[in-house]
Amino acid sequence: MGKYKHFIIVAVLVVLTTLGLKFLVFGPMFQLPVQASEQGVSIDTMFEGHFWMISFLFALIMVLVFYSAVVFRRKPGDETDGPHVHGNTALEIIWTVVPVFAVVGFGIWGGVTLKQLLSPVPDEMTIKVTGRQWAWSFQYPEYEDINSAELVLLKDQPVVLELSSSDVLHSFWVPEFRVKQDAVPGRTTTLRITPTMAGEYKVRCAEICGFDHANMLAPVRVLEQAEFTAWADERMNAPKFGEMTPEERGALWYSNEGFACEGCHTIDGTAATAPSWLSVYGRSEQLTDGTTVTVDDAYIRQSILDPQSQIVAGFEAVQMPADFGDQFSAKQAEIAATEGVEIDIINDIIAYMQTLK
Amino acid sequence: MGKLRIILTSAYVRGLIGQLVGTLLGIGFLEAIRGAMGLSPTGATFNLFGTEVAESSFVFGAIIGVIGFLSAAGVLTDWFKWMIGLKTPLNHGAPAGKPEWSRYLNVDVNHKVIGIQYGITSILVLLVGGIFAIIFRIELAQPGMQWLTNDQYNTLFSAHGIVMIASILLGVGAMTNYLVPLMIGASDMAFPRLNAFSYWVGVPSVVLILAGMAVGGWDTGWVGYAPLSLRAPLGVQLFLLGFWINGFSSIASAINVIVTTATMRAKGMTWFRMPIFVWAAVAASLIQFTATQTVGVALMMSIAERAIGLNFFSPVGGGNPILYQHLFWFYSHPVVYVFVLPGLGVISELLPVFTRKPLFGYKWIALSSLGIALVGFLVWAHHMFTAGMADSLRYLFMFTTMFVAIPTGVKFFSWVATLWEGKMSFETPMLFTLGAISVFLIGGISGPILGTVPTDLHLHDSYWVVGHFHATMFGGFIFPFFAALYYWYPKITGRMYKESLGRLHFWLMVPGFWVMSFGQMSLGIAGMRRRIADYEAGLGFEATHILVTMAALVIGWSVLIMVYNFISSARTQEKAATNPWRSRSPEWQIPSPAPEFNYDVPFEVVGDPYDYGLDESTYIQMAPAPAGD
Repeated sequence: MGKYKHFIIVAVLVVLTTLGLKFLVFGPMFQLPVQASEQGVSIDTMFEGHFWMISFLFALIMVLVFYSAVVFRRKPGDETDGPHVHGNTALEIIWTVVPVFAVVGFGIWGGVTLKQLLSPVPDEMTIKVTGRQWAWSFQYPEYEDINSAELVLLKDQPVVLELSSSDVLHSFWVPEFRVKQDAVPGRTTTLRITPTMAGEYKVRCAEICGFDHANMLAPVRVLEQAEFTAWADERMNAPKFGEMTPEERGALWYSNEGFACEGCHTIDGTAATAPSWLSVYGRSEQLTDGTTVTVDDAYIRQSILDPQSQIVAGFEAVQMPADFGDQFSAKQAEIAATEGVEIDIINDIIAYMQTLK
Repeated sequence: MGKLRIILTSAYVRGLIGQLVGTLLGIGFLEAIRGAMGLSPTGATFNLFGTEVAESSFVFGAIIGVIGFLSAAGVLTDWFKWMIGLKTPLNHGAPAGKPEWSRYLNVDVNHKVIGIQYGITSILVLLVGGIFAIIFRIELAQPGMQWLTNDQYNTLFSAHGIVMIASILLGVGAMTNYLVPLMIGASDMAFPRLNAFSYWVGVPSVVLILAGMAVGGWDTGWVGYAPLSLRAPLGVQLFLLGFWINGFSSIASAINVIVTTATMRAKGMTWFRMPIFVWAAVAASLIQFTATQTVGVALMMSIAERAIGLNFFSPVGGGNPILYQHLFWFYSHPVVYVFVLPGLGVISELLPVFTRKPLFGYKWIALSSLGIALVGFLVWAHHMFTAGMADSLRYLFMFTTMFVAIPTGVKFFSWVATLWEGKMSFETPMLFTLGAISVFLIGGISGPILGTVPTDLHLHDSYWVVGHFHATMFGGFIFPFFAALYYWYPKITGRMYKESLGRLHFWLMVPGFWVMSFGQMSLGIAGMRRRIADYEAGLGFEATHILVTMAALVIGWSVLIMVYNFISSARTQEKAATNPWRSRSPEWQIPSPAPEFNYDVPFEVVGDPYDYGLDESTYIQMAPAPAGD
């Protein structure tokens, strides 16, 4: 041994520490959520590779640091210097070149996996996903444009999500599916998922999107074929807009399937970020400028189309998006085109408000 | 003159009054014009003394306010005088009739005074940012909102981010300003007045950012992504302006460091004979000098889009929200290396002293700093792997990103080889250096998993990123910065800090940081998103969040111990030896605190900087006094 004693001890310690870290420390510490998509399979394999690399590198450097600190440290009273070693070009080249191979290896692995994640597969189902402050909605063009506030998926059916946003950046993430994609206003981005495990999950917005970002969640259900068909049939047979009463439509617009008013306005009298709609119609409200108004049709219309103009005292001026007028016009035009009926969404909402007593 | 009077007439107080007056004048000027034209207020208006003030007036006022600060503090005085043809000598020493300490409260051109001003401001700003973190960290300890609203939470974490970045930039300024001239044997920086400007322009910028919290706050995070930034409250505008103003400080101080190093080195000090910290300072300055403009452009475009409606980023008028991210990260990725390169330089600087061995592979370490600076420019889009850019770019930036590991690895391996067979001793600076290596290692090894896109698709915008980033910042800057403060404390004050308190600080902070870091990473893997005010119960996050919060509190207390140590030691501790660490570096061969012009006689470099263990060798030789000609 002699001259190589230190190196042999260090090598043994590095191996033992690597194994210890991998199985006893990082193993329990780094627990991925349940794997519920086909994409998760190759991604989790890659995670495993990285966890090995993390364990090895942490062990390598820390063992060398601790070993040097313990074995070679300055003994009391020793004022002399250490060995005069300037460097070693061969070593420097080795620890430059070996990592290059490791890095290129991981890069190729990542590239191959990524290609697989991005490639279209036959018979994909398309679902349009729209993010808005602070709710998600999902549309199924292949199922008569079902519009849903929950993401319902068929087990083992590959889907391609077409994401967009009606206001700011959002990011679609279901941790159990592993993959993530931002929703960007003004363009469409895509994400491919094949759910493999029936169950309930949540979409979690992963890009800071303002006041209620933390609570921008939407339920996800992965169903077996029979359940999915039953759900889709029920939703497709739901009454058309023209057949609904204004109050029913108003309730729909209020929900996350509609324009997500419920994100801020409650109907149970509690007022967190915005006035509750309970008994709001006909009520007198004091505004920030000190004047008082009666909540009537005109006030409601004004407050929707120009939300900054008349703020109720005690609330923030900037929370509500100013473009609901445009969003409503687009929706009304779409309904007029598909069903041939003219509706006024603001009137529906007013009708719905009047029922909240 | 009484103490109070000196404080009340100091540049800080005059500057703040100047900033307030300038701001009000600017707002009043533009509001008067708007009023005369009969324009109604636009943008995120703000009620000031009972009138609704337009956002554009606020922007104008804020800029005039910064000029007001600089004029009233006296930063611009010499330049104004030059404009009318007056010559102004460089004034050294305290103003007539005022005590020495008043220099630190006023505009001074000595690089050591400016370095100390940077340092103290950096620590104060660090404490402010730390308090923000503690406040929202306590909120996060349990699910449900306990004592903050969403708005307060969002403003606090956003402010924490940018305030800490300001603190780190000030800390980098402290180290480069104080150390570079001393290390290369110069009497001062190349442009002393510009140096003072670099520091002083940073002060009103921090004031602007903090003021933003009072006028509505902002909920965009420190990245300020459009279009969210375009609809956030007025606070975001002051954040954007403060950030933008801070850029002037970065660019000016980078020019100074580069020119000083290039032209003012001592005789015989070739590039490969400079102390290694100077390499790091130059590499960091090259980044600051070339990248800051890009974020300046991104910020100015956002400011203009909000204030006067120019349409760059909002897709409603044809703008491109992704463009902002490219411009932003083209600076904000490399700037991470502006923070860590000086920190890594401190590690490389201190290791030889405390191991009594030469720095292993000096040239490789020096060139790896430049390598990191170069590769750092080619990886910005890895912050945007999920943003919706073209798929081909994801492959490209995955490879460039992974290559950052190579020069970083060279540094780690060279440090370890320096430690190997070194006669290590464990004074506080060395403890923090070793702590820095361990923490930067955590930051380093948690990086490649974010670099490969498939795993990043899960971890992006999760707490893993928070853990990775904090480990990189603490290991790459905070720990080395603290090591540097302890190491050069006797040089700065002439007295030795209290070793026992230094060790206590270390043994609280390192375990605390390990727990915090691994806790954050573990949360991220499990699915915790970043930047959320609240999370649901039942996701298995609770225990880890409590641990992380406790660790954060321990870290906070340990930093207060350091501050106490430095304040009390400056008064009570015994005088330090001239060269307490037995260093070969030139700054330790002269008395502490260093004389006004550093070296009474110039020195000549006659050896390598880190030849510990080589008999009869020295790094520098003081030149003999000039022979009467």
